Amino acid sequence: MANPTGWKPSMEKESGSGGTAGDVGAGGATRGLAYEEPLVFEHAASERVGASLPAVTGKVDPAKEIPAALLRGEIEGMPSLAELDVVRHFTRLSTWNHGIDTGFYPLGSCTMKYNPKSSEAAARLPGFAAAHPLLPDEMCQGSLELMFKLERALSEISGFAATTISPAAGAHGELTGVMMIRAYHLARGNARKKVLIPDTAHGTNPATAALNGYRTVEVKSGPDGRLHPEAVKAAMDEEVAAIMITNPNTLGVFESDIAAIAEIVHAKGGLVYGDGANLNALLGVARPGDMGFDVMQFNLHKTFATPHGGGGPGSGPVAVKASLVPFLPLPLVVQEGPAYRLVTDPKERPQSIGRLREFHGNMGMFVRAWALIRELGPEGLRRCAELAVLNANYVRARLRDVYHLPYETDSLHEVVFTDKLQKGADISTMDVAKRLIDHGFHPPTVYFPLVVSGALMIEPTETEAKETLDAFVAGMRAIAEQARSDPDGLHAAPQKPVRARLDEVRAARKPVLRWTPGMKVE
Amino acid sequence: MRYHPHTPEDVRQMLEAIGAPSLESLFRSIPEGLRLRRPLDVPAAADEIALLAELSRLAARNRVEHPPFVGAGAYPHHVPPAVDQLLLRGEFFTAYTPYQPEVSQGTLQALFEWQTFVTLLTGLEVSNASMYDGATAMAEAALMATRLTDRSKVVVSAAVHPSYRAVLATYLVSTGDEIVTVPYGDDGRTDLQALAQAVDGKTAAVILGYPNFFGVVDALPEAAALARKAGAVTVSVTSEAVALGLLEAPGKLGADVAVGTMQSFGAGLQFGGPAAGFLALRQDAIRQMPGRVCGATVDKQGRRGFVLTLSTREQHIRREKATSNICTNAGLMALAATIHLSLLGKKGLHQLARVNFERARLLRDAMQRQGFGLRFTGPTFNEMAFEVGDAAAVVARLAKQGVAAGAPLARWYPQDARMKGALLCVATELHTPELIELFARSVKG
Repeated sequence: MANPTGWKPSMEKESGSGGTAGDVGAGGATRGLAYEEPLVFEHAASERVGASLPAVTGKVDPAKEIPAALLRGEIEGMPSLAELDVVRHFTRLSTWNHGIDTGFYPLGSCTMKYNPKSSEAAARLPGFAAAHPLLPDEMCQGSLELMFKLERALSEISGFAATTISPAAGAHGELTGVMMIRAYHLARGNARKKVLIPDTAHGTNPATAALNGYRTVEVKSGPDGRLHPEAVKAAMDEEVAAIMITNPNTLGVFESDIAAIAEIVHAKGGLVYGDGANLNALLGVARPGDMGFDVMQFNLHKTFATPHGGGGPGSGPVAVKASLVPFLPLPLVVQEGPAYRLVTDPKERPQSIGRLREFHGNMGMFVRAWALIRELGPEGLRRCAELAVLNANYVRARLRDVYHLPYETDSLHEVVFTDKLQKGADISTMDVAKRLIDHGFHPPTVYFPLVVSGALMIEPTETEAKETLDAFVAGMRAIAEQARSDPDGLHAAPQKPVRARLDEVRAARKPVLRWTPGMKVE
Repeated sequence: MRYHPHTPEDVRQMLEAIGAPSLESLFRSIPEGLRLRRPLDVPAAADEIALLAELSRLAARNRVEHPPFVGAGAYPHHVPPAVDQLLLRGEFFTAYTPYQPEVSQGTLQALFEWQTFVTLLTGLEVSNASMYDGATAMAEAALMATRLTDRSKVVVSAAVHPSYRAVLATYLVSTGDEIVTVPYGDDGRTDLQALAQAVDGKTAAVILGYPNFFGVVDALPEAAALARKAGAVTVSVTSEAVALGLLEAPGKLGADVAVGTMQSFGAGLQFGGPAAGFLALRQDAIRQMPGRVCGATVDKQGRRGFVLTLSTREQHIRREKATSNICTNAGLMALAATIHLSLLGKKGLHQLARVNFERARLLRDAMQRQGFGLRFTGPTFNEMAFEVGDAAAVVARLAKQGVAAGAPLARWYPQDARMKGALLCVATELHTPELIELFARSVKG
């Protein structure tokens, strides 16, 4: 997006007016050449084959071994396409997406930083990619060593005693963490009944607590967006198993009373769970394990830049204090002399909460995260936090005169604005978000956290350059201006993507969840 | 640092715009006592050349020169290069959950196609947008069954993958639901008499492998009939989804829910993850379905498009009343499976399944020529357990030659004396007839 030569597309019209095909958005978006593409099942039926396989010899007949009722032939409805048909189909679909590689993606709480290409290369090294999960330990020392080193590095970065890396995603890590908390209390004779959850929490937190059989009790944040010790004290009793705190919280605000809050919870025998979704803000600057947290999940797909993949796969390691180490799930990797060993037998870890994955976790993500940690080193890790916080505060400073900032409290890695100043012109957060698309930006997280009405949660991440932020700021300011001058134009956004606003109500009322022959959606 | 674009001048200008004296000052909300006052104790930064050399050395410590003869939940299959090259389209792999459908139609349409493939393979009406893996999909299916039936007993066959059952046990610890495990017979199938005794009016779910952990095509129709009579939900579990190119769809055999992993399509082995778990069910159960789902709709101009839908079941809306806490799932791996299945197509999938069936017969014959019979008599697809004497010793001996021999079943069934000699082996399109012959001889030693 840097443009030192000042080159301008010849079709450019005034930015920010209508979002029609000829316009160039602040982020450089034009309409481009977009193809319509049917479902892979809707391509004309043919006899083509898109795969190269060994021939069937026909020397054995499945019907001689398997009862006829349990056999089937070719599946009607499956496509019949040549390789190029398939390649073109998915290439065209890809062009309908906005990814980090396409443009700025300030989706708050999701840490959409650049996904290094060298991490992709590392994960594809045959030794890693082709290893079977049940190889005898002596045949997979490379994988085990990497898992061991990643576990150690994550424990150091977060300030905890040990980490399990097997959970599949952030919410799965939460589940793991709360299971360990429950096992910890049970080992002391009482699982307890409640989990405290601040009103700024991610939805996964209460869902996780409920899955573990806990009743959730909401704790209100203060007028400065922070959690206050008095509120926690009032809710805290000896039936509370834990409090789940995201720090910095979903407003991008550091919970500066965290140590006092942890003391209150610990005094009644409760534990402090840390949702590590926002760990990027703290890398090398401060460690949750040093603040009173007892357990915390990472999101490798956020903080350590493993690809988000259009909704996973993620990876959600969980770090714990020494008091929770006996409850860690299996498997674990241990070092024995020069060799590494996978511990899978519950007899070796009788207090373990058990297994959470069919195998050892998302190894592909471990390789990518480790590659990034190795390339960054200690200084680079800290630099991530510094530049992420710099970028968020820069956006905050450049937009606060045109968008309402609900909290004056310092922001760390993300900043939350609202649509309050645009409401008068009947312009909502959704309109702002959709118009950003026409400018060439992915919208921020919208309408979250729930404590803020019409929230626009912007997380720029450290890998974005100042020019990109300047372009985004220009786009946001142009939208604020358009809210006054041309609100109808905003309601009509987005106009540049392959689809205009989609009817989500209809999708839910009349669910069409798969292709069937002759399918029509009108 | 190539990922950090800020020049000193950029930083200066930005701090000036913020009105902050230094980068350090931006962290003033973190109390002094909570700061880390030393560099993190992680290895010093490596440049790309050093990094890739180091990781290559590490990767080379894994022995992967031969395709493994072990399956047991993760299957060695050929993944066409076209799959990976399409996955590397940054628009796919650097996007996130399609919260903004207008700029996510690529991901959404692909998910809709994934859901369709899953329903075609399973013979059920609805699929969600993917699960973490097969084991968690099975645990979520059991929880769903308890909600659908308002019952609390889950009956699971001992011939279901032991790790899947372990995950089920972990998930059900805090819900108070009961797990009853039903034994298997000498044919490797679930003992139907024992199953009939275990299933009653309190049973929420009956869970069976298809094929099961022993590679045996289990008695799904019979088990489903028993479950239906008792008002329980039948859940079929498939780890080797290539089998569904030859075996009848579980939904056609009475399964109400089909779960498993599509690891065999597009994912590769990757030491066990990631791959896309799947969960399919009947239309009438969708309000209790866990996870994300994509649906078709129209845009303002009446053009067909896709969105995430039925989200009132989910954690970000329902919070503590959600059907599951699942959020990020396995989107990219669902895409990988979708691309691979699109390439295979109608003929290719069936052909692949037939080739797997044939290679497993070559393995069976080669092993029998060396004197190794089958442990179980039931019908199989591409995986079977052989009697090899001391299975653990065979695995250890072949490991020294860089060959992953199979899964010694006694490891998971230590109580069952019949399992001491049982070695579970797989043969797929990657195992050539020559390799299979060589393997059988190596097992003999």
